[in-house]
Amino acid sequence: MPENTPLRSTQSTPAAPKIEHFVADVEQTPLQATDSLNEQAAPLSMWAEAWKNLRRQPLFVISALLILLALVVAFFPGLFVQVSPTQCDLINSNEGPSGGHPLGFTLQGCDVYARVIRGAQASLAVGVFSTIGVVIIGGTLGAVAGYYGGWIDAVLARLADIFFALPLILGAIVINSLPYVREHRSVWTVVATLVVLGWPQIARITRGAVIEVRNADFVVAAQSLGVSRVKALLTHVIPNSLSPVIVIATVSLGIFIVAEATMSFLGIGLPGTVMSWGNDIASAQTSLRDNPTTLLWPALALSITVLSFIMLGDAVRDALDPKARKR
Amino acid sequence: MSKDRVQITEEDSSVPRPLLELRDLAITFDTASGEVPAVRNANLTIMPGETVAIVGESGSGKSTTALAAIGLLPENGRVSGGRILFDGEDLTKADNKRIIELRGRSIGMVPQDPMSNLNPVWKIGYQVKETLRANNLARKDVDVQVAEVLADAGLPDAAQRAKQYPHEFSGGMRQRALIAIGLSCSPRLLIADEPTSALDVTVQRQILDHLATMTAELGTAVLLITHDLGLAAERAEKVVVMYKGRVVESGPALEILRNPRHPYTQRLVASAPSLASQRIKSAKTSSVESADVLLPKSEATVSKSDDVIEVRNLTKVYKLRGGKGAGADFKAVDDVSFDIKRGSTLAVVGESGSGKSTVAKMVLNLEKPTSGKIIFDGTDLTALDKKALFDFRRRVQPIFQDPYGSLDPMYNIYRTIEEPLRVHNIGDKKSREAKVRELLDQVALPASSMRRFPNELSGGQRQRVAVARALALDPEIVICDEAVSALDVLVQAQILNLLADLQAELGLTYLFITHDLAVVRQIADHVCVMEKGKVVEAGTTDQVFNDPAQAYTRALLDAIPGSRLELPPEVA
Amino acid sequence: MLRFIIRRVLQVIPVFIGSTLLVYFLVFSMSGSPIDALSGGKPISPAVVAQLTAQYHLDQPFIAQYGIFIKNLFTFNLGPSFSGQPIASIIARAFPVTARLAVMALAIEAIFGVTAGVIAGLRKGKLFDGTVLLASLVVIAIPTFVLGFLLQFVVGVKLEWAKPTVSSGANWGDLILPAVVLGLVSFAYVLRLTRTSILENMNADYVRTATAKGLSRPRVVMVHILRNSLIPVVTFLGADLGGLMGGAIVTEGIFNVPGVGNTLYRAVLSGEGPMVVSIVSILVLVFVLANLLVDLLYAWLDPRIRYA
Repeated sequence: MPENTPLRSTQSTPAAPKIEHFVADVEQTPLQATDSLNEQAAPLSMWAEAWKNLRRQPLFVISALLILLALVVAFFPGLFVQVSPTQCDLINSNEGPSGGHPLGFTLQGCDVYARVIRGAQASLAVGVFSTIGVVIIGGTLGAVAGYYGGWIDAVLARLADIFFALPLILGAIVINSLPYVREHRSVWTVVATLVVLGWPQIARITRGAVIEVRNADFVVAAQSLGVSRVKALLTHVIPNSLSPVIVIATVSLGIFIVAEATMSFLGIGLPGTVMSWGNDIASAQTSLRDNPTTLLWPALALSITVLSFIMLGDAVRDALDPKARKR
Repeated sequence: MSKDRVQITEEDSSVPRPLLELRDLAITFDTASGEVPAVRNANLTIMPGETVAIVGESGSGKSTTALAAIGLLPENGRVSGGRILFDGEDLTKADNKRIIELRGRSIGMVPQDPMSNLNPVWKIGYQVKETLRANNLARKDVDVQVAEVLADAGLPDAAQRAKQYPHEFSGGMRQRALIAIGLSCSPRLLIADEPTSALDVTVQRQILDHLATMTAELGTAVLLITHDLGLAAERAEKVVVMYKGRVVESGPALEILRNPRHPYTQRLVASAPSLASQRIKSAKTSSVESADVLLPKSEATVSKSDDVIEVRNLTKVYKLRGGKGAGADFKAVDDVSFDIKRGSTLAVVGESGSGKSTVAKMVLNLEKPTSGKIIFDGTDLTALDKKALFDFRRRVQPIFQDPYGSLDPMYNIYRTIEEPLRVHNIGDKKSREAKVRELLDQVALPASSMRRFPNELSGGQRQRVAVARALALDPEIVICDEAVSALDVLVQAQILNLLADLQAELGLTYLFITHDLAVVRQIADHVCVMEKGKVVEAGTTDQVFNDPAQAYTRALLDAIPGSRLELPPEVA
Repeated sequence: MLRFIIRRVLQVIPVFIGSTLLVYFLVFSMSGSPIDALSGGKPISPAVVAQLTAQYHLDQPFIAQYGIFIKNLFTFNLGPSFSGQPIASIIARAFPVTARLAVMALAIEAIFGVTAGVIAGLRKGKLFDGTVLLASLVVIAIPTFVLGFLLQFVVGVKLEWAKPTVSSGANWGDLILPAVVLGLVSFAYVLRLTRTSILENMNADYVRTATAKGLSRPRVVMVHILRNSLIPVVTFLGADLGGLMGGAIVTEGIFNVPGVGNTLYRAVLSGEGPMVVSIVSILVLVFVLANLLVDLLYAWLDPRIRYA
């Protein structure tokens, strides 16, 4: 740039009126202390703030209450039903509602209400334990891959790709063709199947979140304080990478419950002796044309539970959104 | 367009009428916690062809005011009172169609952040072309026209460049493209919202010079928004100072600078780094010893002032993956040597990519040098074992740039400051809490802030917490990597004063990494100027500032906004 | 760009080998030899055993068996099924049916999902947004087979708008109802993804700049918001094609579609190892290739990726 570039954009025209020097009334625009701290407000951690936001969201309140209800039903089914779900009488086959049997009977003559209540336990157990499993395995592998990078990351990424390339149902079918699994079918085989096929997703999310945090100044600062690499991962990086993982885990819990139902429908899920919503829906298909309600009730219970978890995940996502809580 | 022109010629004969006039403008935001007034009673007049600057700190309402003039308030914001008169037409009453008509053609905009303001999936040329087309100004040979527009904005090789995507452009080139877009329709008013704050000073200077030339040629009036009073005074005839949503003072630029009347403006003028020419001297009483080291002249006479850090032939080479010819090397730091005397401040100055931050990381022992030595108090850092390294960490502490990134958002202030004590097993719970209180007091934060979380603090307060954490282990050396660059001017002055006080009190040694020469003048005893990995000039601050030996240093000094203003000595 | 393509193609190979090896290992090494499955535990003559051993290369080490299988897979020489028909010709009959079903489902989810998502995103917080958002959640929460039953029952049996089951020809018309069922869940995901993406881009700085340039609202929406928002959606859709083919097993079961999923399901029930491995491997290949194409598509759509 030449030395004689004009500093101002205009050669001010002589006709231009003189610029007035205005000063606001100091009374009306009082000078405040630079950068003062509001000492009145109560301290808020990120979680406390998220909780404050969540409490006000009707979506959150409704889904949380529904999940609470589902958990109570799963843990204490006796509170809700006295009729045995397994004492079935073919006389009652496909009967409508009657006294003490508000939802009628299945084809086998079992009480639908009792089965819906008792079925909660297995369905929720699959959802909860599968989620715990994928978070532990996927979370650990994802965090390690993201934090250390390099060849560890490359190897784990390919490993995740290999499992990712098996669509859930295909993978479940293959795993269930193992004689050991076929002969010992239980909640645990279903959980194991879902964990084996579901961990890459959580691993990817965790890896991404960890990569975002690992180079943050506060991690570098911790290392220059003398905090070891592993300790910095545990005390700084992981706690700050949790929110996306929590969100995905919540949604996944719902998806796993659906997956259990689908697996049970295909005959590769829970054994018929275990009462679950999935099994009940699967067995109700034969009487769909005569008595659709036997399918409707367990399906409704399952869908509402799943919906609650997905809505909870949505609400938590909004509450933890870094864009929303900046500053 | 022609209609507008006709009006101008009519006006020219009589008394000129303001191009843009804000009268008692009020802007309100609807937020979760109710209506928040963002701007109140704002008055502003821009004559045709005039450059007016709005100056204020973040949150003062300066950008909001300007955006309102072009109808670009965020969704939850609205003009809640007053008038916006553009060439006599009240824009608060204009319909959407009229506003779209005015945008681009009558009022152009150059936004703040060149990295995010170009659409990444369209070629630069297309983004210029669509501007011309939308305003019905595209010629038949529109590609030639686009190249002309880009070339006018100072983009070299414009015809080829137009075929590239934004990510292939450097920050300065993107800003030129944005200026080309903003001026492509020869608007009568250009709103420039911090157009260069994201760029290196020398680039900033070039771009502002070019913008001034272009707007002068086109006769475009400019509304310049900036946080930098020096820059405003240098570039505008008229300065409007905003504070907490209100205009507190406005008038001729130099007049405001020389004779600020509102207490806020006075404070702003007093602490603007670009206008200061002296090293901050601690107001606190300091011991004879530390006072001695504060003044560079006394170094030779004081035997105690030894070199606490000696850096010798430091080199860092990064292997670049990919690219043409596998394994191309990139020398981030090239044969750098310097010493820091105990109790003094060395500033390493350079633009982005100069390697200054890599030097800081190596001195902190977070990166291994490719070759060369860092000798800390007589021992070579590159040869430390694990135990020695752990002890070293106690003696050298960093403060980083981004006050939003340097504190763990999950840790409250107490845990943040206590962490170094805990890691090094210093004291028990009680004595640690006493130490945290003492540290908070040192950085002038109330003890009640202990239970707070970083997200509740302002940028300046966070930086104070970072200072307190750095001081927790009573280090000898503090490495400040752009520690004040992200702060508003007044807050920046506060932190710089705090650092100077602490140095006087505790005899600290600072290694100050910065791109901002104005800050260097305020804090440093010695300066190293880095360019492309090499030290191009080193010396005492006075030497380098008063008698720069290298052309690069001169260019840097020249680019400090406000450096070319002639001010009476009492202000300077 | 070429380097990127080569690197990406090379990455596919270990993934494909890993996945198929895993499947091969699970199905054969652990579930017993096909001889046992074929004989059903009854004693068979040594001659037959010898013949089967040769046919399935059981005398070779595991890795060699796998290698022969992969070679056969790519030469489409997969041996006979238990029923005596060549596996290759069974797959060749079933595969087009499933492909047709998946493509139809993909078209349904793309057209309706993107449209609804765009409208919802542009009108955030309005009635339409709320309604489709809730509807998408409900669709995700209900298992596909329940939705399948309900649609089959209501549309097929009660209203008789469509045939509740599919004829052996499985022509396009027959497959509409199954395709809707198959595409429903993905439709919900597409809708939500589109909406989120639109919302993100609406507040981008470059959208504000585009508005400041004097562009009309429709132009800003089309050129700057939509184009950028649809990049992740298009990539999701591409990857979903592989997922739909693998996931069609439930839908095919409900509507009795003579596709790959149905064939696979029957093979699993009868313990027909070679058939299971062949079909799963082919589906994995489709999935991996679909993902590869999507990555290349992504690089083409988003210039930032191209030179990475």
